[in-house]
Amino acid sequence: MPRPEVLDWLRKRFFPHMWCPGCGHGIIMHAILRALVDSGKKREETVIASGIGCSSRMPGYIDSCTIHTTHGRSLAFATGIKLANPELTIVDVMGDGDCTAIGGNHFIHACRRNIGITAVVMNNNIYGMTGGQASPTTPPGARATTAPYGAIDPPFDVCKLAQGAGATYVARATIAQPVLCEQYIKNGIANKGFSVIEIISSCHTQFGRKNNRRTPVDNLNYFKNNSVPLSRAQSMSPVDLEGKIVTGEFVKREAPEYTELYRSLVERVGGGK
Amino acid sequence: MSRVEFWQGNVSLAYGAIAAGCRFFGGYPITPSSEIAEVMAEEMPACNGRFIQMEDEIGGIAATIGGAVTGYKSMTATSGPGFSLKQENLGLAYMAEIPIVVVDVMRGGPSTGLPTSIAQQDVMQARWGTHGDHATIAYAPSSVQECYEVAIKAFNMAERFRQPVLIMSDEVLGHMREKVIVPDKETLAIVDRKKPSCSPEEFIPYRPDPEDNLPPMASFGDGYRWHITGLTHNEWGFPTNCPEEIAKKSARLMDKVNAYRDEIVEYETENVEDADVIVVAYGSVARTALSAVRHARDKGLKAGYFRPVTLWPFPDRELEPLAEKAGRLIVPELNFGQMVHEVERAVHGKAAIAQMSLVNGELFQPSEILEKIEEVAG
Repeated sequence: MPRPEVLDWLRKRFFPHMWCPGCGHGIIMHAILRALVDSGKKREETVIASGIGCSSRMPGYIDSCTIHTTHGRSLAFATGIKLANPELTIVDVMGDGDCTAIGGNHFIHACRRNIGITAVVMNNNIYGMTGGQASPTTPPGARATTAPYGAIDPPFDVCKLAQGAGATYVARATIAQPVLCEQYIKNGIANKGFSVIEIISSCHTQFGRKNNRRTPVDNLNYFKNNSVPLSRAQSMSPVDLEGKIVTGEFVKREAPEYTELYRSLVERVGGGK
Repeated sequence: MSRVEFWQGNVSLAYGAIAAGCRFFGGYPITPSSEIAEVMAEEMPACNGRFIQMEDEIGGIAATIGGAVTGYKSMTATSGPGFSLKQENLGLAYMAEIPIVVVDVMRGGPSTGLPTSIAQQDVMQARWGTHGDHATIAYAPSSVQECYEVAIKAFNMAERFRQPVLIMSDEVLGHMREKVIVPDKETLAIVDRKKPSCSPEEFIPYRPDPEDNLPPMASFGDGYRWHITGLTHNEWGFPTNCPEEIAKKSARLMDKVNAYRDEIVEYETENVEDADVIVVAYGSVARTALSAVRHARDKGLKAGYFRPVTLWPFPDRELEPLAEKAGRLIVPELNFGQMVHEVERAVHGKAAIAQMSLVNGELFQPSEILEKIEEVAG
């Protein structure tokens, strides 16, 4: 049962939610809310932004300032909001298709700018809402409605993408590690710049049913059995790491945050007067 | 004190926007609109406003909407290809009722077309570009002075009606330099969006006030918590499949322009009272048309001039009686016929309409329109 102060963040008027029973996204929403509460955030000063997809319905259920935008574009909206009011805490929740396919450009540029937004990428390897089509994170060989013979596309590694593009906090956990999810989101919120927390989630309805993970429990067990913490992964060979989910904090570094750079610019040109 | 400047249309438009209170600009470079972004890049930081060059056109309008929901008067500017790219998020601003101003400095199309040449091929896209029914407010300025003025009007309308407002400028206007009389700031009528007067606990974000059928708008960060979505939603801003709620929301999106149509519509006329033939033209073409009409008058022909300042809503009721009286209209456009269909609709067959199309990257010559007037009048 969620704590009362966490329950306060739910927009109860809008329930019931539209996620399937057993969906992994609820675990992530709970982790986000615990992280916000424990970070001392206020609902009036917190923005939850999203694009389109199952994961992107989350802002509707959260009683803060919430914006459900167009497919893939949430980070561009969030960038405008953060630039307009840097005092706001912004958590941008995205699915794998939203983040790495249609929204890939906004994702890498938000990383590059290092703007103070926390992106929570809920990666369930599939387009769930539209009926189980392959996404850029569908593992090769996995089946989807648009990959009936198994996917042949090489997948994106969200964390490597974020690291390469300049994000200053990058971490990965699975829904089988809810405490770790919460901790990483908290660390991401505490980071002044752009943070990416990839959370491996499950869609037993669309992905699992075609890939021998029919039930929610199948998926949790799969994540438990196939996750490797970064500390252990560093001493493993690429062959041993094949098909494994490496969890941990990949990037923690300091760099100037975008809205602070902008504020300096305003001061430099005398606009603050 | 008013002052005089010698500005390009794009520069004038940018300063008009700033005078209207624009303090957020999100954009992406594109010819022939880039000077607007360049002025904003210089001026926004200098007045503690916000400027951001986004990674693409889609991001440009997305960030602009983000600025608007955070309380800023926000604008983006683009041209043909970029206007196409912005259409989806433009739709979100209609649905979510977010006030923004979008400038399209029209160039030739389709596709990359003619980046440095004038056209008027986007005027129907302005009306119907984004999918789904919505009511459009679009201005077509025809002088550098008017670029300044419509920028202020566009912001006032956007703020008042909580919706996007378009400015359909064109390449010639954008790059032409003319004298601009910059009015004294104190003389400007500036409209700011209606804010909720209730407490955050009582706030229902999309419940319209009974007196004007328009909902007040809170800003992210000012104490109110609310949900924004592009899904069709109820008064709480939450997605709905309830037919009554869908019908109510959809109708209100149309009504907020239709009900105030007379206050929004603007047009200009010259010599229409006794005219036998009226030239209906907008944007840069209207300048050529006016010159031709005056020449025709010098020659003793009873020619008149009608210029829609708002393309949408179109001044149909205003044009109809004049058209009926004159009996003949000429509609020159830099496209193969777009607003001419709206003119046909407006006059209900009460006047003969001669269409003039030019699609070669250039403006009409006054002599070409004059010849048409002579042909039609004779």
